[in-house]
Amino acid sequence: MSTITVFAEFANGQLKKSALELLTAARASGQKIQAIALGSGAKGLVDQLAQYGVDEAYLGDNAAFDQYNPEVFSKAVGDVLAAQKPATVLAASTMLGRDLFPRIAARLKAGIASDCTELNLAGGELKVRRPMYAGKCTAGVNFKSSDTRIIVMRPNQLPTGQPEGKKSTQVHDVAAPAGDLKTLIKQVVKGASSKLDLSEANIIVSGGRGMKEPANFKMLEELADVLGATVGASRAVVDAGWVPHNMQVGQTGKTVAPTLYIAAGISGAIQHLAGMSGSKVIVAINKDANAPIFQKATYGIVGDALEVVPLMTAEFKKLLH
Amino acid sequence: MKVFVCIKQVPDTETKIKIRGDGNGIDTAGVKWVMNPYDEFAVEEAIKMRESGKATQVIAISLGPKARVNETLRTALAMGADEAIAIDAGEDLDSYTTAKALAAAIRAEGEFKMILTGKQAIDDNQSAVSQMLAEFLGVPHATVISKIEYADSQVTVEREVEGGTREVIQLTLPAVVGANKGLNAPRYASLPGIMKAKKKTIKEIAINTLDTGDGDVRTQFVGFQLPPDKPAVKMIPGDAAAATAQLAKLLREEAKVI
Repeated sequence: MSTITVFAEFANGQLKKSALELLTAARASGQKIQAIALGSGAKGLVDQLAQYGVDEAYLGDNAAFDQYNPEVFSKAVGDVLAAQKPATVLAASTMLGRDLFPRIAARLKAGIASDCTELNLAGGELKVRRPMYAGKCTAGVNFKSSDTRIIVMRPNQLPTGQPEGKKSTQVHDVAAPAGDLKTLIKQVVKGASSKLDLSEANIIVSGGRGMKEPANFKMLEELADVLGATVGASRAVVDAGWVPHNMQVGQTGKTVAPTLYIAAGISGAIQHLAGMSGSKVIVAINKDANAPIFQKATYGIVGDALEVVPLMTAEFKKLLH
Repeated sequence: MKVFVCIKQVPDTETKIKIRGDGNGIDTAGVKWVMNPYDEFAVEEAIKMRESGKATQVIAISLGPKARVNETLRTALAMGADEAIAIDAGEDLDSYTTAKALAAAIRAEGEFKMILTGKQAIDDNQSAVSQMLAEFLGVPHATVISKIEYADSQVTVEREVEGGTREVIQLTLPAVVGANKGLNAPRYASLPGIMKAKKKTIKEIAINTLDTGDGDVRTQFVGFQLPPDKPAVKMIPGDAAAATAQLAKLLREEAKVI
């Protein structure tokens, strides 16, 4: 039987939703499941991992893993994978996963597909698809070698199953690599936002030129607070210096596919549409009834975003609270 | 000390993508190719390193079909790179083979202090080559970098992660650094720069003469598909207040997303 190894990210003692998505897919495949989790408190995950069908857990319950360091992580994770030689590795396309797994792929001489949006493990097969050109099209990925195949999945693309029963999970220790490091994390400066990153957000509220000025992004923040959403932006307002680049949605920013995407005062340049058209439901608000954004939208309102957004905030507040 | 900057040519962001006849790639007819936008930040940073005396030589390097690669390398030369290397290769090489070929070509040039790349290319968005290159060369890496400070044998970089959080990372040189938007403001090529670039020789290397080859390809993109057509948009009529109330109702009852 072949093996699937899931790299399981966690925070505050709980597996992240993206990890549950991967474990659910692995469990349904009927293959042997290994999990790797690194950081203080990893040992506390054993019960959760057991409920998701993990046969063997490789846990680095060590403060040396609390802050992501590519050198430390690529050695620790790479060593486990090199020894275990799983057929498939699943990781989430988070900032960590995107950075770490290409390096591990090089180390293991493995094929890698980043930022995948479709995964099918049925019948011992491995089928994945991913967006190309920021979503202007999609492609399947053929793995040409029989070596380990690494799949980095975009969060929110797969269902999460319920915890079921309990496997007797075998636990192995992952030691922190010893030796001098050429990569040192000197400081972590926390951002102002406590919200989910755009790439993980389930709801995104984005603003463009139609917001008129940077101060009006506060309206989007308020709407986002009501919906539990993350705020994004178009390239035009990022280039104008209204908001930082990490908020940019589009081909030269982040490619996103949330359940709900609200575009306020965004006309819809082709590179923006490429970055968000995979969203399940798209709401567009624009003064110009001919704006290209309406071609991709599910629902459209022709109107001034500055008038409509606060009304939406009030309306959703009534509905949700 | 030498600084290498790895660049890729990608379809302009305004390009409408058409699928190739065999379904395993895009139709490149009529595509306008540009330097990958994130690579522009890498080129700018390399040139600034030389201008401030932190490097002696900037070498731009690229891999792909020769004619297209040369055009992008000319742009880098016109911006101010000193030399350029073109690795002539097929259209659809994967990240693994690309990184391996780049590593072999860079190693053949002798010592290097730093390798700059864009954080990702906006065509396949794999964000893989920088990290793989670092692994193949046995040096540290950091990507999504918006600030670099230089010391003698190390650099301190800032990496942007989730929620606007920044990690301050110290790398012992040599290292591979993947540039993000915000690192600098890339210059435009000046007319004298363009004239000068035309006279420079681009060193051409056939990929099969490097310590790699098509046999090393790990993955291939196949079965390209355009996204399914979206159903027509439902425009919600009425004044702002009425439309908003109706929208909330539709999102809850019809789309069931809130």
